[in-house]
Amino acid sequence: MQSILFIVFLPLLAAIVAGLGNKALGALPAKVLTTGALFIACALSWPIFISFLAGNAEATVVPVLKWVQSGTLTFDWALRVDTLTAVMLVVVTSVSALVHLYSWGYMSDEPDQPRFFAYLSLFTFAMLMLVTADNLVQMFFGWEGVGLASYLLIGFWFRKPSASAAAIKAFVVNRVGDLGFMLGIFGTFLVFGTVSIPEILAAAPGMAGSTIGFLGHRFDTMTVLCILLFIGAMGKSAQLGLHTWLPDAMEGPTPVSALIHAATMVTAGVFMVCRLSPMFEASPTALSFVTFIGAATCFFAATIGTTQWDIKRVIAYSTCSQLGYMFFAAGVGAYGAAMFHLFTHAFFKALLFLGAGSVIHAMHHEQDMRHYGALRKQIPITFWAMTAGTLAITGVGIAGVAGFAGFYSKDAILEAAFGSNTQIGSFAFWMGITAALMTSFYSWRLVFLTFFGKPRWAGSEHIQHAVHDAHGHDGHGHDAHAHDDHGHGHADHGDGTAGYHPHESPLVMLIPLIVLSLGAIFAGIVFNHAFISEGTGEFWKGSLAFSEHLIHAMHGVPTWVKWAPFTVMAIGFAIAWYGYMHNTKFPAMVAEQLGPIYRFVYNKWYFDELYHYAFVVPAFWLGRVFWKQGDIGLIDRLGPDGAAWVVAKGSTYAQKVQSGYLYSYALVMLLGLVGAISWVIAG
Amino acid sequence: MSGFPILSLMLLVPLVAAIACLFLEAKPARALALAATLVDFMLGVVLWANYDIGGAQWQFTERTALFAGFSYALGIDGIALMLIMLSVFLMPICIGASWTSIEKRVGEYMAAFLLMETLMIGVFAAQDLYLFYIFFEAGLIPMYLIIGIWGGQDRIYASYKFFLYTLLGSVLMLIAMLWMVNEAGTTDIPTLMAYDFPAKAQTWLWLAFFASFAVKMPMWPVHTWLPDAHVQAPTAGSVILAGVLLKMGGYGFIRFSLPMFPEASAQFAWLVFALSMIAVVYTSLVALVQHDMKKLIAYSSVAHMAIVTIGLFAFNTQGLEGSMIVMLSHGLVSGALFLAVGVIYDRLHTREIDRYGGLSINMPHYALFFMLFTMASIGLPGTSGFVGEFLSLGGIYQVSSWVALVCTTGIILGAAYMLYLYRRVAFGEQKHADAAAMPDLSLREYLMMIPLGLAVLWMGVYPESFLAPMRADIAALDARVARARPEGDAKLAMGKGKPAHEAEAAHEGAH
Repeated sequence: MQSILFIVFLPLLAAIVAGLGNKALGALPAKVLTTGALFIACALSWPIFISFLAGNAEATVVPVLKWVQSGTLTFDWALRVDTLTAVMLVVVTSVSALVHLYSWGYMSDEPDQPRFFAYLSLFTFAMLMLVTADNLVQMFFGWEGVGLASYLLIGFWFRKPSASAAAIKAFVVNRVGDLGFMLGIFGTFLVFGTVSIPEILAAAPGMAGSTIGFLGHRFDTMTVLCILLFIGAMGKSAQLGLHTWLPDAMEGPTPVSALIHAATMVTAGVFMVCRLSPMFEASPTALSFVTFIGAATCFFAATIGTTQWDIKRVIAYSTCSQLGYMFFAAGVGAYGAAMFHLFTHAFFKALLFLGAGSVIHAMHHEQDMRHYGALRKQIPITFWAMTAGTLAITGVGIAGVAGFAGFYSKDAILEAAFGSNTQIGSFAFWMGITAALMTSFYSWRLVFLTFFGKPRWAGSEHIQHAVHDAHGHDGHGHDAHAHDDHGHGHADHGDGTAGYHPHESPLVMLIPLIVLSLGAIFAGIVFNHAFISEGTGEFWKGSLAFSEHLIHAMHGVPTWVKWAPFTVMAIGFAIAWYGYMHNTKFPAMVAEQLGPIYRFVYNKWYFDELYHYAFVVPAFWLGRVFWKQGDIGLIDRLGPDGAAWVVAKGSTYAQKVQSGYLYSYALVMLLGLVGAISWVIAG
Repeated sequence: MSGFPILSLMLLVPLVAAIACLFLEAKPARALALAATLVDFMLGVVLWANYDIGGAQWQFTERTALFAGFSYALGIDGIALMLIMLSVFLMPICIGASWTSIEKRVGEYMAAFLLMETLMIGVFAAQDLYLFYIFFEAGLIPMYLIIGIWGGQDRIYASYKFFLYTLLGSVLMLIAMLWMVNEAGTTDIPTLMAYDFPAKAQTWLWLAFFASFAVKMPMWPVHTWLPDAHVQAPTAGSVILAGVLLKMGGYGFIRFSLPMFPEASAQFAWLVFALSMIAVVYTSLVALVQHDMKKLIAYSSVAHMAIVTIGLFAFNTQGLEGSMIVMLSHGLVSGALFLAVGVIYDRLHTREIDRYGGLSINMPHYALFFMLFTMASIGLPGTSGFVGEFLSLGGIYQVSSWVALVCTTGIILGAAYMLYLYRRVAFGEQKHADAAAMPDLSLREYLMMIPLGLAVLWMGVYPESFLAPMRADIAALDARVARARPEGDAKLAMGKGKPAHEAEAAHEGAH
């Protein structure tokens, strides 16, 4: 298991060398170094996963370095490898390696490549530290480390004001969650006297039923701790209330969205809940809270996803929604299913993002789907990859026969919610079913708008720029003239293409698409036995709370429950087909009819506006008040300025400020000392 | 090392150099000052290397009785050792920061700095109450001069404000000291630290010391001298002010208030908590709206120092150790941030944030260091800022979840104002041609930034180096204040039918 040291620290080493070497090192060596490190890490990770799969590996902890020892609070740097970690290892290193490779093509015009690749590798290192953490504080290190990398990568194009604003937003909103995480760690230490995860988990069941004082009231101990920790998870995994940063994070380059904001970092919250599942099991209240937030998020984000035009934002809200599924799976106790969906989602969502990146690449940075259309013949491989991803996310498959990746994991989650046989479980089930319908709708809507219909490229400024540039360079003077002379632009092509010819992406971008497509197609069928079938307690080996009972309940759900996901998927597909292929006036008409509801959803439920006026504006206002009225108006006026006024009135001597004060000060000191000494002598 | 008066030597080297500098031209004065501070740093390394962790509480002691019970007594424990290391580490960097930016009266400037080094080391090494007082108060004189002579436009107002505040505190403290010596019959600090003053007397003694230390920290609402002093001070003045002088307040609490008046400390803990909670929220919000880089960082210092005070008054090991690490970390990080401001101030001569922008383009290496120190300031794990903050806040949580909650909001607000600053300075387009033309770091600036950066990472990844020397002293202090330790608000109550051993194990953790 010593290979874990290489898996974790090679990316760090590569990041440091590429980052510090930067321009002096050059783009190619930086790319080779970071990508190479990631492929090595990936190659070392799969054997670990397979050995856990085969059941012949035991959980181990590789110590690295002492970190902090303060009284009874101690925590060290150490790398823990168990089943749960092994799953995350393959997810993180595989997607990261593929995204590194993909970026060779996607970022090829970028002058600042070493910095980009260094950030990517730094992110991977932090993520690996998170998933190998043996104590809560190291998990927090990884947690904030991925936050830093996310901040740096969202703001990678730091000249764009929107990018740097989105970067700050991501960091600060995450910090709100981290506040909960930190308090959760403090509380855990207070209650258990340790921050070591295995020790906490061993003691957690014994704490059920105990109470603790928190903010002046008494609560159930485990409920307080779990909810505090879960607030951290909500921030990182963009759950309802703390989700606002994720759509804005799409300002980052698309490979970043695929790696960080879809496949890995945002799933850290789910990982955390699974890792600490014995704690959550000790508090039914906390679990209900997790279920509620997850179910609400999966519904809420899906509604927004149905209305957005930006291809990346649709996928971003889709991610948010899918994370909701994972959380409510965990909330009803189906941690295995949550991890399974995390696993399959990593492949098909990374695929969708990288596919979207390939489309954006082909369409010269245009991201608005209203300006796409008919791309299936121009970029066929991307089209097929996106289709595979869409089949996976919508959960296409025949119960009992076979299906794409999402079919296994999403159906398992819905069955678990239903099978949990609780009120909150049924709530989650119905939310999940509704969201599944919307998922199918917006995913196919994306495919139809992008790849089918007629080209609508002419309306895009990006495309027009591209055409202009191309013609300018090629020296087709007459053509450029024609464009300049006619205000109505490119309509003269008549076919909506504006004379633009999208090209399929280069091989370095297509290979990751193909590999991930294989994942999206086969990850479910190959691994579902390991993750969620009876007897898989053997596989998890206690690395999460696994309930055989729930597995039985899942198998025992009524037939209509088993068929429900398939049915809503088909309905969603049908609506999307009708609205975007058959009767293309239909969506606008529906939007018109729904009026305020449509606007509410289209404007993302007005969360951004709400937070802006509830937090940002008052913070700045209070800051100014405290500064101008508090510090200057009150404290200074009554304090030093007031004293100066008195002194100035009383003595002209004191107005010779500098030297005067100095002498008087020295005098006071001297007098004081003389007084002291005489007192002592006298005493 | 036994018997060799290394502490006296460390006081003497800068003192002699200071006197010599007064008579030197600019160039040799710079060189001499740098040499003297480097020698003192070397001596500091020797001191640390020879400090016996787990040995006697007070080491390298020297004592010469002078008159009437007043003696020249020096000696250090782990806490003082760390603060002395911080001082001697920052001093050569300060001299480097003043290398080209100070052009008038260079000899006197260097003399003031060197004198201050002597006095700072003296504060941390003094074992006699009056000797401490002299160092503590006299240390401010060179600072007045530095602000008043080499400062910015409003330097007179700033230095006067600085003076007024500190005068208030020090007079009260001196009276309290006189009473204490009379009562206990000794000026020896270690003896006084174990002396049990009557509970009633403790109350006003504590308040008298508090007046002085609260100003030095500075705590809200006696903090308003700090932004002005920082803004007007030359770069190196700000570095030493934020880096070391503010630590004297915290050192005062840990050396005097807590061990000498444990009951009164517990009695007034609510006051400290209240002021600290206000400080975290209030000054962080004020920092958010600043246009002046130095003012922003100055206000952030007040917020960070509030984390120190709550940690100190948490009355437990995590709180105390956390506070010490916050002090050391803040010394490095805020020093580095002021240095970072100084680097661009030297090029453009303005502290106005809006005059910069897009510096990542023309000063990428500068932007990297600035990012590192920004992250350390907002307590990113892996940097020094995290370890201290985490321990302090974890310490206070054991006492009061309310205080912990309010003070932990500092991690959100801190991220907001620091990243907002960073965005306006380093991100965005290059709006101003003059700012866009600024060259990246020079060799001299690298030599100042690199050691600071390495120290920040070292303290973040392996803080054991810094915690180990202090461990025994913190434990002793913890034991000393144990009798007054307040009860926490958590009061864990076990559910029914628990196995006994589990309940017990949990109880231990909860104290």
